[in-house]
Amino acid sequence: MVGPAPGGGSPLENANPLIYRRSGERPVTAREEDDELPDSIDDREIFDLIRSINDPEHPLTLEELNVVEQVRVKVNDAESTVVVEFTPTIPHCSMATLIGLSIKVKLIRSLPERFKVDVHITPGTHASEHAVNKQLADKERVAAALENSHLLEVVNQCLSARS
Amino acid sequence: MYKGGSHSEPCCVKGVTVSKALSCQGSECSPAAAEGTGAVSWPLGSASCRSGPRVLWAPGSWLCCPVQVPGPSGRCGLSPQSWGSNMLDVCFRAVTHLVLFYENRLKDHHLVIPAVLQGLHALSMCEVLAPGLAVSVLKAIFQEVHVQSLPQLDRHTVYSIITNVMRTREEELKGLGADFTFGFIQVMDGEKDPRNLLVAFQIVRDLILEGYVLGPFVEELFEVTSCYFPIDFTPPPNDPHCIQREDLIVSLRAVLASTPQFAEFLLPLLIEKMDSEMQSAKLDSLQTLSACCTIYGQKELQEFLPSLWSSLRREVFQTASERVEAEALAALHGLAACLSRSVLSSDTEDLLDSFLSGVLQDCRHHLCEPDMKLVWPSAKLLQAAAGASFRAGHRITSSVVPLLLEQYNQHLQSSQRRTILEMLLGFLELQQKWGHEDEEESALLCSQAPLCSVLFSALTDPSVQLQLVGIRALTVLGTLPGWCLPGGRGEAGAGSSGGLSGYGPVSVPCREEGRRSTHSLRARCLQALAAVSTHPGIVQETVPVLLQCLRQVPKAGACDVVAVCQSLQRVAVQCQRDAESCWYYHQTVVPCLLAVAVQAAMQENAHSPVGKLLLEEEVLTAMVPVVSAASAHLCPELAAQSVSQVVPLFLDGEVSFLPQDSFPCPFQPFQVSGGRLVALLMAFVCSLPRNVPIPQQDRLLQELLALSCSCDCPFTATAAAKCFAGLVNKYPPGQQLDQLLETAVNRMEAGLAEGPLRTQALALLLWVTKALVLRYHPLSSRLTDKLLGLLGDPELGPAVADGFSLLMADSPDVLHKGCHADVRIMFRQRFFTDNVPKLVQGFHAAGPGVKANYLKGLSHVLNHLPRPVLVTELPTLLSLLLEALSCPDRVVQLSTLSCLQPLLLEAPHVMSLHVDTLVTKFLGLTSSPAMVRAPPAPFPAPLPPLLPYKPRVIRALAKPLDDMKRLVRKEAVVARGEWFLLGSPGR
Repeated sequence: MVGPAPGGGSPLENANPLIYRRSGERPVTAREEDDELPDSIDDREIFDLIRSINDPEHPLTLEELNVVEQVRVKVNDAESTVVVEFTPTIPHCSMATLIGLSIKVKLIRSLPERFKVDVHITPGTHASEHAVNKQLADKERVAAALENSHLLEVVNQCLSARS
Repeated sequence: MYKGGSHSEPCCVKGVTVSKALSCQGSECSPAAAEGTGAVSWPLGSASCRSGPRVLWAPGSWLCCPVQVPGPSGRCGLSPQSWGSNMLDVCFRAVTHLVLFYENRLKDHHLVIPAVLQGLHALSMCEVLAPGLAVSVLKAIFQEVHVQSLPQLDRHTVYSIITNVMRTREEELKGLGADFTFGFIQVMDGEKDPRNLLVAFQIVRDLILEGYVLGPFVEELFEVTSCYFPIDFTPPPNDPHCIQREDLIVSLRAVLASTPQFAEFLLPLLIEKMDSEMQSAKLDSLQTLSACCTIYGQKELQEFLPSLWSSLRREVFQTASERVEAEALAALHGLAACLSRSVLSSDTEDLLDSFLSGVLQDCRHHLCEPDMKLVWPSAKLLQAAAGASFRAGHRITSSVVPLLLEQYNQHLQSSQRRTILEMLLGFLELQQKWGHEDEEESALLCSQAPLCSVLFSALTDPSVQLQLVGIRALTVLGTLPGWCLPGGRGEAGAGSSGGLSGYGPVSVPCREEGRRSTHSLRARCLQALAAVSTHPGIVQETVPVLLQCLRQVPKAGACDVVAVCQSLQRVAVQCQRDAESCWYYHQTVVPCLLAVAVQAAMQENAHSPVGKLLLEEEVLTAMVPVVSAASAHLCPELAAQSVSQVVPLFLDGEVSFLPQDSFPCPFQPFQVSGGRLVALLMAFVCSLPRNVPIPQQDRLLQELLALSCSCDCPFTATAAAKCFAGLVNKYPPGQQLDQLLETAVNRMEAGLAEGPLRTQALALLLWVTKALVLRYHPLSSRLTDKLLGLLGDPELGPAVADGFSLLMADSPDVLHKGCHADVRIMFRQRFFTDNVPKLVQGFHAAGPGVKANYLKGLSHVLNHLPRPVLVTELPTLLSLLLEALSCPDRVVQLSTLSCLQPLLLEAPHVMSLHVDTLVTKFLGLTSSPAMVRAPPAPFPAPLPPLLPYKPRVIRALAKPLDDMKRLVRKEAVVARGEWFLLGSPGR
């Protein structure tokens, strides 16, 4: 479902990307330390889940490449929906599907089952936006992709904590 | 061909040492050699080698000329001295023959060469090599072998031969002169394998550092190594040798930065690489430059200074990466330090001066530009250069500080002023570093007056941010020596106390929000006052201000009083070094605190709010460390004088020495209202050195004992118990002590038996036990047994279990080293060995309701044990700890988890046996509230035992993902993500 795997010796598509500043750790508030009060799942919490995902071809995170931004994350805790838009660094990025898949897998692994997760490309930022969105929205194709051990390896590398 | 022959046992060249990793790698290597014995010396002795002459086979079936080698050695029981000269002679001759034989074989067919090199390598480790042979071996290799056309392993053998010879035959090699250097350059030229490069770099480094003659080959040697700079190497995946890029970088840097002779070639190379686009090349060049600066002198640098400076400046001004910037600043620091180190002769120009002039010229105008765009990079550059030496610091500070002061006055917006003040602060902090060297010449002295007025204007500015920077700057100024001149001190003190008095009254009418900020400002002022109190003269100015704040309690809340006490304590700690100010402080502060507290205690009967405030536990607890710090470092005579006033105050209500003279009624310390002040008494008498006699000590002890057993206020009773315990800990051993303890034990037993005051009796028991455990008193075991018995008590059991943490932990106010208590080292280990078996036994014997108490006690003991001891002792207690995990008490769960954590990290083999129980228990805990702080992350046990649990754990961790607390969800996400990755591809 995804184009050529990274690291195959082909030159990078975007060898010199613009790098953005990382946002700091979310400070822990007194309210969060009070065991009695519930904290609802908010945009920042979802953003924290995906901002540290590694880019498949650069030693940088999606946040540093500005592929994901907090303003493009929408969550509704009561209705159990999450919408994430991501922006490929260049309009022809062949990694777009892989990045979308990584975000989707990360959210599926980290969110309660009640959530419906929608991951798609920021409108107007990719040449084959429609095809990629369709691929990402198709449950069957996502599940099939994760059966492929080579693809799973690449996704896991994106999700591994950087040492 | 020779591989076939190599399977036979005699083929093994005894004494061959091949690095295992390398020999296993190269397929050319004979397996027999790879099995190598690991012995290093030749001739190698072993039982078999004494039993008969060894047969040394040259590998290859057509090359089998057996050579007889005697195999004696010290290890066989024959010491070399006992050999006949004949024997040694035989040995020499044999080795000589072998060497000549091998040298001749070098001229042979190229298939033989690898085996010959192996043989020569073994011989190069031989201790009885005749003089001259080593050199001839190397000459032969240089002449006959084209090293770079050999396979990797054989090139490595050549390097090993050279290393061996350099180690043992240094003198002979140096006799070769520059020929050796030239030979080696030819050997090394074109090397590509990282394993060999590491060895080769080491050889070059030794060549240079051991002083071999480089002769005309300096440039060649530089060329042959510098062609690898900057290192561009990515280790292949699954590399068994674990050579990292970093290893190569470091060893190459050691070569390049090993001699000033390379300077004329290296510096242009570094400048070129700094100007390149590659970030790794920039970093490497900057780090290498820093390394070079430690050995270079003016002569080497002179020619390249302008281009170095322009490259460094560009990196800092236009940098994209913080690392590059930091390294560039470090390199500039190194350059300036290097220039400062050089000795000047009378007719040469001072390079440091001209270099710094250039730096100043390029940076100064940025400081003055109105848009302040490049101010921070310029300030950083200047500070990096100024930090290099006293001279550099003086040169730059004297030029920049007046400029900054002037800029401060020109800019009116407080945000700009703040930036300027922050830069100024950076320079002041640097001054701290060199301040001690020469007070007279300090560059700041001439701008002292404007500096003080700038700081004063910052402190009175309405912007809080600016005030905070001002206070920080004032704090730094206070620590500068030579800065306590009367004018400076007065102004600084006036500044901060002006700030304090200016804001004190404001705080009252302010709205809630405003008050918070002024409160933090007050706290900052107090901290600044404490921080500047570094000289006896300043202490005498600041302490009265602080005490004044304390007396103005009606205006302040409890937290203000606590803040004052914290500042007072900080001053006390700074005074401890100086006997004079220590005595001044003690004399001023202790009576004042006592007077304030005594007065409050008397007014409490009149229900005044002030009295209530000062007697709050929080406030008294904050006063305790002040009194304690003021008393701990007194010299014995003065302490005795003071103790003779304080003890009568508490025993007889003798108030005459207190500064206030009007007290409404007589002070009755051991009555209800005055009882709380026992905390202050404790802070005072328990901190005195052990050799200070305490007047009427026995009467005091009896009063304390009575108070601790009879008072129904827990704070008072505990303070009295602590005071009693602190005195008992220092009481000299003997009959009197035994008698005293007997009385105390009787009272405690009576109190513990029944009645409303059981908790007080327990507190006394705990503190006395602690006092005795610390000094290894024999009675301590009786008291701990008593405590162990009380664990089964349904009412007191939980409190006793918590008490175990009190016994093991360091208490902040009494019974620690700082207040001269008798604390034996290892008391925790001793307590552990004595009592843990009893705890375990008690646990098994106890009824179901009180089992948790034993577990809690145990986990407190374990938690305070040093980690190394814990890891060795824990496996025996493991089953009990696993049991403790299912105990409903949160404290037990948490402390058990924190005990298990190091064990999981350090002894996974033990834990993997219990993996089933652990996983089950951990999963059970995921629904417990204790998980907030210690969730079950997968531990680094060997992988296979965990895999079967993966689906189960992932399923179970889905539930906490929907926990209502964000912190729980966060940990659950981390743990679940790790488990997903466990055993998956791509890990």
